Amino acid sequence: MHGLINRSIQRFLCDTYGAPLWQQVGEASSAPAEGFEALLPYDDALTFAMLDAAADRLGKPRDALLEDLGAFLVTLEPLRRLLRFGGVDYADFLMSLDELPARARMALPEIDAPHLVLTVEGAGRLKLSVRGRVPGWGLVMSGLLRAMADDYGALALIDVAPTSAVETTCDHITVELLDASHTRGRRFELAQPVAT
Amino acid sequence: MTQRAPHADAPELPLGALGKLMPMFLWLGAAGEIRAVGPTLGKLCGGAAGLIGQPFDAHFTVSSAPDSAALAALRNGPGSRVHLSLRRSPATNLRGVVRVCREGDLFLNLSFGVGVAEAVRDHGLTAADFAPTDLALELLYLHEAKSAVMRELSSLNTRLQAAQQAAETQALCDPLTGLANRRAVERELARSSAEAMRGSSAFAIAQIDLDHFKAINDTLGHAAGDFVLTHVAGILRAETRQSDLVARLGGDEFVLLLRGVIEPEVVRRLGERVIARLEVPFHFEGAPCQISASVGVALSCCYALPDGEQIFIDADTALYAAKRAGRGRCVVSCHAHTLPRASMPPAMPPAP
Repeated sequence: MHGLINRSIQRFLCDTYGAPLWQQVGEASSAPAEGFEALLPYDDALTFAMLDAAADRLGKPRDALLEDLGAFLVTLEPLRRLLRFGGVDYADFLMSLDELPARARMALPEIDAPHLVLTVEGAGRLKLSVRGRVPGWGLVMSGLLRAMADDYGALALIDVAPTSAVETTCDHITVELLDASHTRGRRFELAQPVAT
Repeated sequence: MTQRAPHADAPELPLGALGKLMPMFLWLGAAGEIRAVGPTLGKLCGGAAGLIGQPFDAHFTVSSAPDSAALAALRNGPGSRVHLSLRRSPATNLRGVVRVCREGDLFLNLSFGVGVAEAVRDHGLTAADFAPTDLALELLYLHEAKSAVMRELSSLNTRLQAAQQAAETQALCDPLTGLANRRAVERELARSSAEAMRGSSAFAIAQIDLDHFKAINDTLGHAAGDFVLTHVAGILRAETRQSDLVARLGGDEFVLLLRGVIEPEVVRRLGERVIARLEVPFHFEGAPCQISASVGVALSCCYALPDGEQIFIDADTALYAAKRAGRGRCVVSCHAHTLPRASMPPAMPPAP
């Protein structure tokens, strides 16, 4: 797994549950003591060992943890800004989701982002197929989509369909956009704020 | 039902639609008056309404032409590519393409080029100010993504550099005393002898062997031995300059690489001073201890070709000469002086 993904998990656990939890998780999963190097690849098994160790200690299902991770990513301002480049409003953002992997690769050519296929199923209703090299991306994406709805100020129902046994690494998310401007949402200026 | 002319050579578009397709278009009349602008270009100039009917050169300059010839440059320029700047501050640069159309009107489509990030900031532009076909937003996205990746990369580099420095220090350091180790001496010796070969500087090697160290180690234990070695390291550091290298090769063998020394007598006095200080009795956990040392010195200035390895070997030979002569001595090996110095009387008391 890309070091940046492991580092995001580390930051998520540290920021959300505190450094002591991360320390336990790091020890239990034999994560490098000095932390992850953002641009180096790591063994996939290590990523899952960290998630399992965290789920065990928090008494929380791994699936729920993955959804929270997706939502946490949106709290990282540089990442939130990059995501907001996807569209002027939430509907526009949703429609550009199948460009997201290409955008991710534009920033980091070696990142192993999941493949996204968008299908419009009716007015304000669409389906997103998330096919990753490893399972779990659908849950991360659903958390991310929920947090982005809040960011844009939209009201949307987001569900992850249970993964079928055959397609273990393909998840289906349905998004039902109820109100595109439910709240004012968070500000986004195209111009990058000076000295962040 | 009205029928369109079947052979119309151009689609007719209302200005509003034209503005959606090309938010930065500029339409000039034959006399250079502004007839219409796209909404984004209007925004840059403080509002489209104030522009209509105004002369082109009241709001724009053409980079390749003086004001008087601006319009002619647009009309008769060598290619259709144009570079303009806004007259109002900040003088945003624009680039674009121009075409002469019917009745001598000029039609321009403009964009920001690489200055897009500054223009977005200066004019408070949003995604809606760009045509969906414009890759400006992708350029901004890439700019931000690249900065974020660079931040990660530079933090990785900083950590790698710190780790490398720590590893290097560790590799060149004797962990017990904090002095340099054999590897550090080899590296410095190679460097110093290369400099000496070029004639740019001189150096001396002083090999130091402790006397009676084994007795302390055997009777008082390893902790006492370690204490003595640390004590010796302190004295050697105190007696040398910052620019000299003080190293422990292992066991009770130490070496000094003294830089810039060309006088055998100066090094011999230093050797004797070190021996005298090492001979001062001290205590370890209440038990009295006394050691001494033998010192063998070789100087680069005594060699026509100052080869580091040879100088090191000669310093070692001088050290054994000192030991054979009865310990507690400093022997300086210099081709002209080796034999007489070897038979010098024992160490003198330290200089006050």
